[in-house]
Amino acid sequence: MSSATREYDDIPGTYVFDADHHRKGYHLNMMCMSLNDPKNREKFAAGEEAYLDQWPLTPEQRKAVLERDWLGMLQLGGNIYYTFKIAIFDGLSMQAVGGAMSGVTEAEFQQMMINGGRNDNG
Amino acid sequence: MADVLYGVASSHVPAIGAAIDHGKEEQPYWRPLFEGYEGARKWMADTRPDVIILAYNDHASAFDLDLIPTFAIGVADKFPIADEGYGPRQIPEVIGHPELAWHLAESLILDGFDMTICNRMPVDHGLTVPLSIMYGSPEAWPVKVIPLAVNVIQYPPPTGKRCYALGQAIRRAVQSFEDNQDLRVAVFGTGGMSHQLQGERAGWVNTPFDTAFLNRLTDDPEGLTEISHVDLLREAGSEGIELVMWLIMRGALSRKVREVHRHYHVPASNTAAGLIVFEGSEANVLL
Ligand SMILES: [Fe+2]
Repeated sequence: MSSATREYDDIPGTYVFDADHHRKGYHLNMMCMSLNDPKNREKFAAGEEAYLDQWPLTPEQRKAVLERDWLGMLQLGGNIYYTFKIAIFDGLSMQAVGGAMSGVTEAEFQQMMINGGRNDNG
Repeated sequence: MADVLYGVASSHVPAIGAAIDHGKEEQPYWRPLFEGYEGARKWMADTRPDVIILAYNDHASAFDLDLIPTFAIGVADKFPIADEGYGPRQIPEVIGHPELAWHLAESLILDGFDMTICNRMPVDHGLTVPLSIMYGSPEAWPVKVIPLAVNVIQYPPPTGKRCYALGQAIRRAVQSFEDNQDLRVAVFGTGGMSHQLQGERAGWVNTPFDTAFLNRLTDDPEGLTEISHVDLLREAGSEGIELVMWLIMRGALSRKVREVHRHYHVPASNTAAGLIVFEGSEANVLL
């Protein structure tokens, strides 16, 4: 099943959380999930590098987390509901993260939504 | 006899809950959304169902990637408010209806729906935001709630067809519940409408799709069950696929329904927000 062609592959800018994606991102997502616990948020705040050592992340995943590369995290198997836990930790809104993933500022993204959202097939 | 008399479908955007919790309903950004909820809130205050069976999805709160039930039913006495990373929302805990929930679990399984049965089930914005939309900020929720968690995060979610059939089975199960209180039950379907939180396509909204979905939910729900997952991903966005949960609600209602309220607004955060309220017929009314 791995890397089989999927009917949704042609949808632009979309990372469907399917089996391949899940297998790539399992540890990354479980690390993100751990931030639901306030004790873990304290530990993460005290030292991100040491905190991340508890999960067998790939070097690319680690770098993406430390650099808050939101799109990179998705491409490396992250799921938005999980990676957004890091944005919550940072105090970022969904529009800030949406903007970062689509290459615009938070204000521009917000304005696009107020104008009716993205509906240009892009 | 207990019966499913009401159906509500609503978006469950976390920012809507935060706007309620932090008193932002009157702010210019939020006012048009909340104005459209007023009629539904009034309807809810007048109608006061005894129990809500609330179909929602958990967002990395009660379940994680170690356990991904397709359909899970909460049978506990109560359900705590989940900490999604901000600390739990400061809202009342959710009170269950274990007798009906266990009856549902048994009936649904014997009817061919292999439910996962849950006691420990902290509930997140997927369940709590629709309650806040319909009830505001009460001291205690004036209704018992049976959480019905549906996986829509791991691909593939259950099909629209299966969700609709589950709704029909819920209707049969409620109607076979032996009690002497004539419980008046509402079923909620939550999530949607069109939205995409992730990727370069984040912010996707498809108002023509949403409008057609609302129209057909009333008149042609079985037609809606024919929409494939791929078309939902494409048309409603990667997170808009949550709309399959609305079909659980619609399946639980009588074939003919009366649409009593509808509201649609873009945007709520990254999402097209929709709300629709139905009154169905009792089991013994011939249609
Ligand atoms: Fe959701």
